[in-house]
Amino acid sequence: MQDQVQDQAYDAIVVGSGISGGWAAKELTEKGLKVLLLERGKNIEHIKDYVNATKAPWQYPHRGGRTTDMIKHYPVLARDYPLNEKNLDYWVDERESPYTEAKRFDWFRGYQVGGRSLMWGRQSYRWSNIDFDANAKDGIAVDWPIRYEELAPWYDKVEKFAGIAGNRDGLEVLPDGQFMPPHKLNCGEELVGNKLKKLFDGKRHLIHARTANITQPLPGRGACQSRDACWLGCPYGAYFSTQSSTLPAAVATGNLTLKPFAIVSEVLYDKDKKRASGVRVIDAVTNATTDYKAKVVFLCASTLNSAWLLLRSATDIWPGGLGSSSGELGNNLMDHHFRLGAAGDLEGLDDKYYYGRKPTGFYIPRYRNVFGDKREYLRGFGYQGSASREGWSRAIAEAGIGGAFKDAAAEPGQWTVGGMAFGEMLPNHANKVTLDETTKDKWGLPVLKIDCATGENEAKMRKDMMADMAEMLAAAGVKDVKTYDLGYFPGQGIHEMGTARMGKDPKTSVLNSHNQVWDAPNVFVTDGSGMTSASCVNPSLTYMALTARAADFAVSELTKRNL
Amino acid sequence: MSLDTDKPLLAQSLIDRREAIKRVSALLGGAALIGGSALWTGCAPKDSPPVAADGTAAFVPFTAAEIAYLDEIADTILPDTKTPGAKAAKTGAFMAVMVADSYQPKDQAIFRDGMKTLDAAAETANKTTFVASTPAHRLALLETLDKEQKAYMDTKKPDDPAHYFRMMKELSLLGYFTSEIGCTQAQRYIESPGRYDPCLPYTKGEVSWASHA
Repeated sequence: MQDQVQDQAYDAIVVGSGISGGWAAKELTEKGLKVLLLERGKNIEHIKDYVNATKAPWQYPHRGGRTTDMIKHYPVLARDYPLNEKNLDYWVDERESPYTEAKRFDWFRGYQVGGRSLMWGRQSYRWSNIDFDANAKDGIAVDWPIRYEELAPWYDKVEKFAGIAGNRDGLEVLPDGQFMPPHKLNCGEELVGNKLKKLFDGKRHLIHARTANITQPLPGRGACQSRDACWLGCPYGAYFSTQSSTLPAAVATGNLTLKPFAIVSEVLYDKDKKRASGVRVIDAVTNATTDYKAKVVFLCASTLNSAWLLLRSATDIWPGGLGSSSGELGNNLMDHHFRLGAAGDLEGLDDKYYYGRKPTGFYIPRYRNVFGDKREYLRGFGYQGSASREGWSRAIAEAGIGGAFKDAAAEPGQWTVGGMAFGEMLPNHANKVTLDETTKDKWGLPVLKIDCATGENEAKMRKDMMADMAEMLAAAGVKDVKTYDLGYFPGQGIHEMGTARMGKDPKTSVLNSHNQVWDAPNVFVTDGSGMTSASCVNPSLTYMALTARAADFAVSELTKRNL
Repeated sequence: MSLDTDKPLLAQSLIDRREAIKRVSALLGGAALIGGSALWTGCAPKDSPPVAADGTAAFVPFTAAEIAYLDEIADTILPDTKTPGAKAAKTGAFMAVMVADSYQPKDQAIFRDGMKTLDAAAETANKTTFVASTPAHRLALLETLDKEQKAYMDTKKPDDPAHYFRMMKELSLLGYFTSEIGCTQAQRYIESPGRYDPCLPYTKGEVSWASHA
């Protein structure tokens, strides 16, 4: 039972303060709602708490690397690049918050105000109807209940506010948006891009990456200074995060209450009204529980955490949790599979270099299984890549020691270019999360059990993902092209999606076309859990658009007294 | 997973979580495996580290004399030229920290044994320790050792241990080029460049721009 009930009622409760939660808080407060924003982790204040943001390399004892102690304490994080000395505080303490892996799943979490908006990759692309049509066209899973046209104005809105730098490329597969000037391609990237224009019937495009690093100032935010230290938190506010962007906007309304260290243990459900009445919160520090009431609840806790919360909610009505009447709650977990591609050497640019450290590279949008192309797998992939000159580290494997060796290592080396593929993973009912009642976290909550694997479609796609990059680079004149496949486990993409999919039918989906839980229309889930398919395109911008759209709808329904 | 060729690491610097991946890439140097590679790649070795009977780790911290020895090794690899060398950048102390904190026990042992092997080679060649050898003698010893490690590392199987001199060379390069001297004197470092110029003329001899961190 709860220790106390918070008498003050809010108009809305938002669970989670990352990319989606920040947007929900901003939109709802700006529309006049009194909003309680709950965050399970600590507060991180913009600029003040970015403690390593301006440190020089030599100020880290291990120069940013990892120690055996860190590996011991962060065994999941240690599986891939996120474990590092510089922003370790932004990643979850795994000892407090374990989870169970039926199959290996790398869950890289950020439990703090701002969530993973502090560390995200900032790639910001619109999805297209190629994505929203996909399930219906292929006859798998369920159809998306929305199409691009319904989301386009919301993409416009979130792009303008977040600040997306990109070029208008006029590509159907990757719709243009409201862009600031792009981060320019360097000579190496431009060289390959220009060659590619004349190859493959002009169907493969190397474009400027579109990224939430602003190239022109926005209110309260400075333009990108080309520091390339984004994931430490930007003291200029030059990339979109909750702290730099949505939180100040929500605070400015006077309608926001932000509560860190607030773990939502369940959504409270009133079975007579068939509505949620609020949420129960465990204080992460004192363990005291408090019930908070609100007219609407937005779940933006991140894909797996929102699903985990639904699984724990209203179990007296539905043993499988709130939203489980469809039989799809927790199912259809997806990610983007990647970690393979090709790279090689660029010739003819030895008299060229660049200045500054740009925070992004290039992008090659999907060209497989679209516009007449037909492969032996469904869906497709895109590439992220860049060109650069090698630094001192190349010298480790080179022969030599001594003065000449040292001075040569201090000069920029070979121009290289490469791309890594990000592929779409199909929705599959068997890829699921459930509660593991046998294991409890620090606060006594049964942990999440994750059971997810890629299948045959992904395996077939990976052959193209690796070979195509090599083919494109070689055709563009790149020398010594080498392919690689570092292997992939679900979760590594940090693009978890699904588990509470949107759909047209309450019998086969958890959410409707406005991200409302069918069984509790005043509960909106607007993070990645609602995704009906995964696209191959980075998803965060779409979460922003869906959240802004759902917030607008929620307020309109409240006004009509429909909630 | 294993990261055992340079191209994958290079390409890893290309994806959207670029800072992170570049960090891994820079530390690994896009190079073939180094002693501490398991800790960089996150794949802890399957065999557990040896632990003393009382539960404490077996590693004994480096002494001041050993750090001075490491300084001389690093400074022979990266000596004073037009810019200060590795000893001026306190690279020996950095190497000691990394071996103590970041190397797995089996790699710590390889590294330590390597220090003894090198001194034994100095005794044989010069009738004295490495530190007490002349700069020319040190250079000759390490040039031989560098050829040995290169030949070994280029042909070894992925699961074979790294050569101790590759470890020393990697830590020297990493320690030096991420030090204040290495960033601001050997290379050019600007914390906040303020803009990105995508294509500028470059003349051979101009040094690199150092990374942020």
